[in-house]
Amino acid sequence: MLGAATKKRSEPREKKGGTPLSRAVGAPSTEPAAKPAGRPAKTIETRGVDLFYGDFHAVEEVTMTIAPNKVTALIGSSGCGKTTFLRSLNRMHELTPGARVEGEVTLDGEDIYDGRVDPVAVRRLVGMVFQQPNPFPTMSIYDNVAAGLNLNAKKVSKAQKDGVVERSLRGAHLWDEVSDRLDKPGGSLSGGQQQRLCIARAIAVEPEVLLMDEPCSALDPVATLAVEDLIGELKSRYTIVIVTHNMQQAARASDVTAFFNLDETGKPGHLVEMGPTDEIFTNPTEKETEDYVSGRFG
Amino acid sequence: MESSVQTLGHGEPSRLLASGLGWRRRAVNVVMTTLIAAAFVLAMIPLFSLVFEVAKRGIPGLSLEFFTEDARGVVGGGGASHAIMGTLIITAVASVISIPIGIMAAIYLNEYGTGRLRRALTFFVDVMTGIPSIVAGLFAYALFEIFFGPGIRLGVTGSVALSLLMIPIVIRSAEEVLKIVPDHLREASYALGTPKWKTITKIVLPTAFAGLVTGVMIAIARIVGETAPLLVTTGVVDSMNTDPFDGRMQNLAVYAYNEYRSPGVMKQAAYDKAWAAALTLIAIVMILNVAARLVYRRYKTEIR
Repeated sequence: MLGAATKKRSEPREKKGGTPLSRAVGAPSTEPAAKPAGRPAKTIETRGVDLFYGDFHAVEEVTMTIAPNKVTALIGSSGCGKTTFLRSLNRMHELTPGARVEGEVTLDGEDIYDGRVDPVAVRRLVGMVFQQPNPFPTMSIYDNVAAGLNLNAKKVSKAQKDGVVERSLRGAHLWDEVSDRLDKPGGSLSGGQQQRLCIARAIAVEPEVLLMDEPCSALDPVATLAVEDLIGELKSRYTIVIVTHNMQQAARASDVTAFFNLDETGKPGHLVEMGPTDEIFTNPTEKETEDYVSGRFG
Repeated sequence: MESSVQTLGHGEPSRLLASGLGWRRRAVNVVMTTLIAAAFVLAMIPLFSLVFEVAKRGIPGLSLEFFTEDARGVVGGGGASHAIMGTLIITAVASVISIPIGIMAAIYLNEYGTGRLRRALTFFVDVMTGIPSIVAGLFAYALFEIFFGPGIRLGVTGSVALSLLMIPIVIRSAEEVLKIVPDHLREASYALGTPKWKTITKIVLPTAFAGLVTGVMIAIARIVGETAPLLVTTGVVDSMNTDPFDGRMQNLAVYAYNEYRSPGVMKQAAYDKAWAAALTLIAIVMILNVAARLVYRRYKTEIR
């Protein structure tokens, strides 16, 4: 893939031993200032992933490759398993009681569901932004952005933390609006600002992949556009997977689109077709896909 | 129903006027409002009359001496400072025992518990809320008797008895408060790669802080006036004792009981002091409740 392995880095990766995931398994500490500014985003591959809630088979046999430094959109009608599948990519699916994952999900070749892997380590590399903005209500804006550091890493100096907070807020296009009130509570912002705050919080820990579950569905059109522009910029540094109900958004903001569908309620959702966004929308292979994107159902 | 059909501007019979002005409905409204208000007043009468009586009879017993002197060596005179200190110390020790146990149990029940163990625990907590206070007192006494021999009277024994009564209250209210913390905050924390225990201590507990404090204060207010368990565990003594691990400790509830039961030579003075002790207890409970409200308002987090 273009640009996948040739991201410029400010320090050679060879200094640290092993791959990011195996390092993260044994080493919970991170030093953001020492991290290279542009860490190569990783490829996620899934092979035959089946997702269950107890006995209910929610998603069936998904095999796909999510390309690095691209925005992959997961589209499909309600209930077809897009969010369930997304949550399996950072091991959040298993948090639901009774939920289970079968099949293989690899991050840069490493199976994230390997028995020796700590799910916490996976989630530090694969971040998530949710549909409803959820800043921590007890924390200020500054602390919200720094939450990833405060909650995970060993002691980081104030100066380093300041740097991370500013970098993340700039990255989320929120710095100009909040730089003068970083100590105000996180809940004091508008919906669109809160969502950008959540994005800043997610990128502050420098994940390699960013998962976004309908990030704009709770936002007004202006805020939506701002977040979409942001996504377009973020893809140069992260691999982004976004679930969206909004086909226009998928068409605008993504490079690759994957279409999920349900045969009927009660049956598991499955991946129908996946390919470059313009192809999916103008010249899809499957009839199901064509029906969906032309608005005949869903 | 109006006897004649009315019109309202456009010449056709009006639907808006067809059902009249609703006199009957309004009459029913007034009657019900009056009944409900009367019921409220009726319910308030015992409360106000109680506070009034205790105040009326207790104020004569209040004096500087009451708050600063104990009753050692004095016949008929003396104060209740030892009782006041005793109540505060015994309650404080009971809180130190109950709060960590109660909150951690609530965390287990809400964040970790699944299946049969959780159901069993919830059942036993419910049972514990119904323990008669004298039973808690006898249990604590029997427990200490095993280690220290018969006739043991210690401040801490009373604290243990009170904590048996306090723990289920703390667990119940803490569990409710933890349940209110929305799951999407926990998910946001997990998505950042935070381990579960850290999510609980850094996100869930601070968000629930105000509610937890209120629950604890209400539990304290509940046990601060318990008499029966303290009668059999802490004993009666006239002098100040600030060491819960050493000997008898007086407290306001037992003090009031004692002054009333064995008033000695100066009956009226003793009765006055008993009422004054009761008044002090009510004052402590009121202060705790007001403090609980203030803390709640100051520290509550608006969860969007």
